[in-house]
Amino acid sequence: MIPKISFKNLFKPDAFRSPWKLALYFLGGVLVISLPLLKFQQGAFWVRVVGYTGLYIILGLGLNLQVGLTGLLDLGYVAFYAIGAYTYALLASGQFGIHISFWLVLPLAALLAGIAGVLLGIPVLRMRGDYLAIVTLAFGEIVRILATNLKGLTNGSQGIVGIDPPMLFGLQLKTGTHFYYLIFIFLIVIILFVSRLNRSRIGRTWTALREDEDVAQMMGINTTTAKLLSFGLGAMIGGLGGAVFSAWQSSIFPDNFNLLVSINVLCLVIIGGMGSTLGVVLGAVALITLPDILRQFSDYRMLLFGLLLIVMMIARPDGFIPAKRPPLEAQNRIDTHQQPGKVDEGAEQ
Amino acid sequence: MNILQADHVTKRFGGLVAVKNLDMSVKTQSISSIIGPNGAGKTTFFNCITGYYPFEEGDIRFDGRSLKGLSPDRITCCGISRTYQNIRLFASMTTLENILVGEHPHLKTNIFDAIFHTPLFWEEEKNALAEARRLLNFVGLHDLGDQLARNLPYGAQRRLEIARALANKPHLLLLDEPTAGMNPQETAEMTRFIRKLRDDLGITILLIEHDMRVVMGISEWITVLDYGEKICEGTPQQVQRDIRVIEAYLGSGAASMQSSLKETGGAADGTP
Repeated sequence: MIPKISFKNLFKPDAFRSPWKLALYFLGGVLVISLPLLKFQQGAFWVRVVGYTGLYIILGLGLNLQVGLTGLLDLGYVAFYAIGAYTYALLASGQFGIHISFWLVLPLAALLAGIAGVLLGIPVLRMRGDYLAIVTLAFGEIVRILATNLKGLTNGSQGIVGIDPPMLFGLQLKTGTHFYYLIFIFLIVIILFVSRLNRSRIGRTWTALREDEDVAQMMGINTTTAKLLSFGLGAMIGGLGGAVFSAWQSSIFPDNFNLLVSINVLCLVIIGGMGSTLGVVLGAVALITLPDILRQFSDYRMLLFGLLLIVMMIARPDGFIPAKRPPLEAQNRIDTHQQPGKVDEGAEQ
Repeated sequence: MNILQADHVTKRFGGLVAVKNLDMSVKTQSISSIIGPNGAGKTTFFNCITGYYPFEEGDIRFDGRSLKGLSPDRITCCGISRTYQNIRLFASMTTLENILVGEHPHLKTNIFDAIFHTPLFWEEEKNALAEARRLLNFVGLHDLGDQLARNLPYGAQRRLEIARALANKPHLLLLDEPTAGMNPQETAEMTRFIRKLRDDLGITILLIEHDMRVVMGISEWITVLDYGEKICEGTPQQVQRDIRVIEAYLGSGAASMQSSLKETGGAADGTP
């Protein structure tokens, strides 16, 4: 059934309710949009760094869906990233002489990654905690090893080169600035997507699952479906990130998809604050942007970085911005204001 | 009319028979109790009813429908809900969210409604929230809606657990030691509250309880378990007089204690 979509509802800014938040987002938006336009020294380099951070925020949001919101510890997230990347690379390069449009492959890449997530999930999501972590870890490695060894398909460690740049209204997207804006747009859509899901009955089932799986099931939640949905959607976001990555790099190698990617994404989710969207953003800035900012300290860079992480984990063990629960009592009052004509019967029973 | 009917239910854990050949029935809109010494299999039986443990033999019928082999979420949707002996709330969620999770089986919006914020989504969320707030007030937790469940005092947590179970809209509510760890005043309050659940909402109640004052005070029918077997059942008066019950609780040769037990029961009758 196709839901009735109202244009007004689609753009209703549910995340931006408090004026402070609104100002913050506005400021952030202006900053992000203007960065490539300011022609400062090494501008292209910084645009690339921030774009790359954006890509990691996308991955972080996908993994956050699985780990932060639903509590499914996935150490093989890179597998979905790889599936998305190879889907685009194989369908839009000289490898097999297939050149399908980026905009057609993109949903396919996300879908394939999602299907991989669900297929992996069906047997694996019976396991909990550590066991799930080990199996997903292995899955991540299996995908990388397959990419290395299926030479006929993926060209092995020589990788796939000459991947088509996406076309947008006759414009070839290939510079850092192009991808910077592309990633920024995807990012906004995904943030909206994830935060809306999180604040619906589906999001509540995920949190309940994370808190106590047995009780969640006892509350009438079909835990299998809920877990598969979370795992599959997280995988889809990873696949989308992968497709964008391969289009941007225009060449991919199995080594792009090693364990370190999974660990990095997991770290940024944990450092930012599990389950928190803004936390993921800050975590990505800390983990992806910061090493480049510290580049001028060359030799001491990683040392400083490590020190920073340790201090952070001692000072804020729950992450930069721990996830907050929605203030429903307060929200109710605002809702009443926002929806004139609909009187809230909640206050009086 | 019996809402719940268990026939020859047996649950084994390896060599241990936790529930042995148990027959019991619960009358519709009654308050019934299961009592017995620690390890008698009471909670195991609850877990069998709710589908958490699959049982090997026998059958449990709810409203004439067999529950054997159904998963806990399906059984909840049939109309059975429960609370836990050691409180198991969703600790990092707010009280209102806990109740909203309980309403889950009765909500219908899908993933598209959630993403596109369809009118149906707003409508349902608003009604769900109103219902959650109503239940919160019903259990007497006014103004605690945005508190994290873990920050509530003990008694409030117990009541929130019941509110969450009520959000499932159950016909049969299983309460596992609802007054455990409460002082006499809180216990009396909880007893009143349980009776109110039945009287006002028409929910059938089956409870496990160790506090004999509570059990004898509110139960209409009591089933006594010992080592997984039913040793006796009947009204509070019948159970109190039963020699096997006294033996199970106090050991053989304690029949002389019978009179003192009766007194406790008598006192409980007077409590509101």
